[in-house]
Amino acid sequence: MRLEPINNPTLARKLVPPALALASTVVIASLLAMVAGANPFSVIGLILKGAFGSKFAILETLNRATPLIFTGLAVAVAFRAKFWNIGAEAQLYAGALVTVLLGTGFLPWSSFAILPLIIVASIIVGAVVLLVPALLKTRFGVDEVVTTLLFNFIFLLFISMLLEGVLKDPMGMGWPKSARLIPEARLPRIVEGLRLHWGFGLAILSAVGIWIIQTRSTLGYEMRAVGLNKEAAAFAGIPVNVVIVKTALLSGGLAALAGFSEVAGLKGSLTLDLSPGFGYTGIIVAMLALLNPLAVVVAALFVAGIFVGADSMSRAADVPTYLADIMLATALLLMVLAIMLTRFRVVRD
Amino acid sequence: MEIIEILFTASFWAAAIRIASPLIFATLGELICERAGVLNLGIEGIMVAGAFAGWMAVYSGTGLWTGVCVAMVVGMLFGLLHSTLTVPFGLSQHVVGLGVTLLATSSTYYAYRLALPEVTSPPKIEAFQPFEIPILSDIPLLGPALFSQTPLTYLAFVLVGVVSMVLYRTPLGLAVRAAGENPAAVAAQGLSVTAIRMGAVMVGSGLMAVGGAFLTMSAFDSFFFEMVNGRGWICIALVVFGSWRPGKALLGAVLFAAFDALQIRVQQTSLGTLIPYQIFLMMPYILSIFALILMSRRAEVPAALMVPFNKGER
Repeated sequence: MRLEPINNPTLARKLVPPALALASTVVIASLLAMVAGANPFSVIGLILKGAFGSKFAILETLNRATPLIFTGLAVAVAFRAKFWNIGAEAQLYAGALVTVLLGTGFLPWSSFAILPLIIVASIIVGAVVLLVPALLKTRFGVDEVVTTLLFNFIFLLFISMLLEGVLKDPMGMGWPKSARLIPEARLPRIVEGLRLHWGFGLAILSAVGIWIIQTRSTLGYEMRAVGLNKEAAAFAGIPVNVVIVKTALLSGGLAALAGFSEVAGLKGSLTLDLSPGFGYTGIIVAMLALLNPLAVVVAALFVAGIFVGADSMSRAADVPTYLADIMLATALLLMVLAIMLTRFRVVRD
Repeated sequence: MEIIEILFTASFWAAAIRIASPLIFATLGELICERAGVLNLGIEGIMVAGAFAGWMAVYSGTGLWTGVCVAMVVGMLFGLLHSTLTVPFGLSQHVVGLGVTLLATSSTYYAYRLALPEVTSPPKIEAFQPFEIPILSDIPLLGPALFSQTPLTYLAFVLVGVVSMVLYRTPLGLAVRAAGENPAAVAAQGLSVTAIRMGAVMVGSGLMAVGGAFLTMSAFDSFFFEMVNGRGWICIALVVFGSWRPGKALLGAVLFAAFDALQIRVQQTSLGTLIPYQIFLMMPYILSIFALILMSRRAEVPAALMVPFNKGER
């Protein structure tokens, strides 16, 4: 078999494969739930109800989507320039670390002073964490996939060391947990009485900001050019390595905001289980969004909905929550295949 | 001083070889994939799936070697999935690889929860026992280190020779290497690049799964979550460190494992109590990154690695 580009894809060509991918994901998940002894026809309904069925559920989904928007953006920005940042997890913890370092009381400032400071510092430190793999790539040609992956392990151990050492909360009953943020360093709620913090607002703002950078700025143009064809970009006079480093800084900063928003908006302190793999899930979010920053918001809501919905479905139908991860992996694989099929035709030899 | 003493104990080297064994299987597997031109980031998840499948088979009553075969088959199935998406369809090897890792890991955990819903601590199996090779195992230092291992370890070392032989001394190996260097030339010879690459990814994935199975069936005797713990990613670094050659990759794996065994032992010395244990646990990952930097200048990357081949395209 052979692949042939389609010059003028019809509307059906553009819509049918992605729709089939989603439908297949639903069918596979239902079948797996049936294996676990649940009613296959009720599982998807239970997930949707758990994710969007009540005010509480929707707020929970929005909260869960917040870090995923940040990590999804981080991945989308990097992948657009074909810089494979798989290390959003490490950068997330870098942001969280900065937040507890600055926000636990040694700066007795008001919210208006301390929150911007923490945000800027988180972005800088997250960017620096990703700068190392970026420079290793541009200077030595070391593949960033492996280095960013390995950095996740190194950084998590580093955080664990701090939490059992200098950062350990003396009031923490022996748990490896940092001290709590002072109230001034906490992100306020968007609407009083509703459990949704301004981290979500910041995430939406970031998505719009990245969209503007990508579509309206020289840097966005250069990042796309480097991603499409490095040699051609270099030939056109674009400083490829500089663009890669700038991309990495932007990506690392975005991922760090996920850590900031989780600690300052939700948890209030740093623990080792702050992120259940938000950095890795960001890759799925970014791919489902086709690397489009505005679509990242939608994809993050979808992914967060599956996680939150699967939690409640799991309690109701006694199906392991890992079904959510299986659904996401399946959706990811089928979706990249579907997107390809919207642009290419499979021809038999 | 204590460190030097450690280096001259047989138990240290025996541990190093034991730690190296799963890495050797998985590194060989990744090496075969990459030699054919396909980066397989599914390695981490495939090792998890292999660890569970082999162990579960033995727990349900099959023999140990049947368990190894079950792990291999499961790995090959994930390899089939990976290569179907990346070879004929030419999808991003990064994205598909990470997707396969996520799918393999989550479906393994799902299966574990379904198979053993009520257990708090995972049940144990009767794992592979060390087999002392007569005469050779009596050699001081070397004997206990090299020749009192479990059969799977011997298999790992034998496989290095076999893979090396096949890659460099047979037409099949030539075809695999050519698919990774110059696929157009392979197609011009009338061979199917698609078939060669898919076959290589399947065999490679099977070996990765056996590497995972080593953990549950030889190094330990039960299955834990997070037990692969980044070993797959380290194997990808080892392939680069070994310049895509089986012999050098073996050397890299043993060196790496020796270092790992050393850090475990240094933790228990007077020096080790002064340093947080996390520093020791970081060392293998940091070492891998340094190895990559060191080798990056000299690396002979297969020319068509990560380049999809679409027949008739120029």
